[in-house]
Amino acid sequence: MRRLRRQLLFYSLLVAVWWLIADLEIWTPYLFPSPRGVLEALRWGFADKTFLVGLGISMKRIALGYGLSVALGVVLGCLIAASEFLKDTLGGTLLSLQSLPSLCWLPLAVLWFGLSEKAILFVVVMGSLLSVTINTEMGLRHVPKIYLMAGRNLGARGLGLIVHVLLPASLPHLVAGLKQGWAFAWRSLISGEMIFVSLGLGHLLMMGRDLNDVNQVVAVMVLIVAIGYVVDRLIFERFESRLRQKWGLSAAP
Amino acid sequence: MATMRKLEEVLHSGEGKIRLRGVSRSFVTAQGPLQALEGIDLDVHAGEFICIVGPSGCGKSTLLNLVAGLDRCTAGEIWTDGHRVEGPSSNRLLIFQELGLFPWLTVRENVEFGLRRRGVLRQECVERARRVLRLVHLGGFENSYLHQLSGGMKQRVALARSLVMEPEVLLMDEPFAALDAQTRDLLHQELERLWVETGQTIVFVTHNVREAVRLGDRVVVMTFRPGRIKCQFEITLPRPRTLEDPALTLVARSVLDQLKEEINKAVKTEFRDETTA
Repeated sequence: MRRLRRQLLFYSLLVAVWWLIADLEIWTPYLFPSPRGVLEALRWGFADKTFLVGLGISMKRIALGYGLSVALGVVLGCLIAASEFLKDTLGGTLLSLQSLPSLCWLPLAVLWFGLSEKAILFVVVMGSLLSVTINTEMGLRHVPKIYLMAGRNLGARGLGLIVHVLLPASLPHLVAGLKQGWAFAWRSLISGEMIFVSLGLGHLLMMGRDLNDVNQVVAVMVLIVAIGYVVDRLIFERFESRLRQKWGLSAAP
Repeated sequence: MATMRKLEEVLHSGEGKIRLRGVSRSFVTAQGPLQALEGIDLDVHAGEFICIVGPSGCGKSTLLNLVAGLDRCTAGEIWTDGHRVEGPSSNRLLIFQELGLFPWLTVRENVEFGLRRRGVLRQECVERARRVLRLVHLGGFENSYLHQLSGGMKQRVALARSLVMEPEVLLMDEPFAALDAQTRDLLHQELERLWVETGQTIVFVTHNVREAVRLGDRVVVMTFRPGRIKCQFEITLPRPRTLEDPALTLVARSVLDQLKEEINKAVKTEFRDETTA
């Protein structure tokens, strides 16, 4: 409760200061957004449904792209963890590729797929695949040997050992990877959507720039942050804390 | 404890439940090859409770891993019921020193694990797990997670997880080493009771001589590196036994005398390791 009050105070103060600076008109209003203007832009955006449509389109894309990279990443991570050869070859490559900002895949994506859905999907997958893969592999590799021995001792073999021992034992790592993968996927999506008339949130952002509408730009930014935050908090954070509780990694909140 | 069997009966109720012939195991370490076990010959009779003592590092755990089929001998053979041990079997279960319970499962799910892998129907799993958990006095903790349990309770979950499979052979690797004296005492009683009820063959590894004499029909003393069988003691003390029994202390002392030599050797080796490192 105390935390909530503190946060509430901080944010209202932040908005108040922003409001004040905007009202002072040190910079022209079409360059410096005001809280009122942003709120108005949000209201208009939702009223004429452009924001709703944009949101829907972006969510559909992220579901597809993120889903794809989770499926691919988990399988790939399992394969790399299972094979010394793959670890020495592909594993190293993936690790070095992780230093590549996902935006760098954009030119390649456009060359290969043109200005299309596929190009955006490609950027999203490339942006998040690596975190999922690397964390899956790390999780599997760090499973204490005793769990494997115990599993085999009790009759788990082959696929059963993977599904019932290895994967659940690496779940804390796996969830961290999924969470990080989500954050990367979301960012990659927005950048990918900026390249053409994609109708998603990224496109709305660029449209704001084209119309010289600083309020719309900031309004869409607020929307992007809000969604990222909500998914992180409501889905991943919740799942992680339940996991930690179950494993006894931390006291119940 | 009127159902307590006589030692004679136990020893002659079956022949060579487990047979080890010339069993050796060596490892390759950074410091060079290490002969953990060398030429172990041992017969364990059906229904026998046998305790193996030895200084730490003598290969006791390695021996159990081999019998469990989780590791392979470099030489020699292990047979159970006339079959060569080629891999793990749910008829011959190892209870690890570190337990290896699964923290992502509830107590009951941990106990059901082996049954589920064997393909036993869900409803039957639940019932059997429930029955065994009551047997080890954990009836009220079915849905708890492991971190909510004390050390002694976790120990009993590990025991239940193996007992539910109804194995003929139970291999226990220093299962009570991490417990306080009172809890250990209690678990000794429970284990003895369960052993009498189920008629299982138990191979129990420990470094605690009194524990070995308290529980075993026979105590095997192992040498330090390479692990060989130094000598064996038949423990004919009547059951149920208590740790406070002066007769038990007397037997324990003679076992300890044999063991001490090996412990001294172990200490010397470790000391040398440290000075050369």
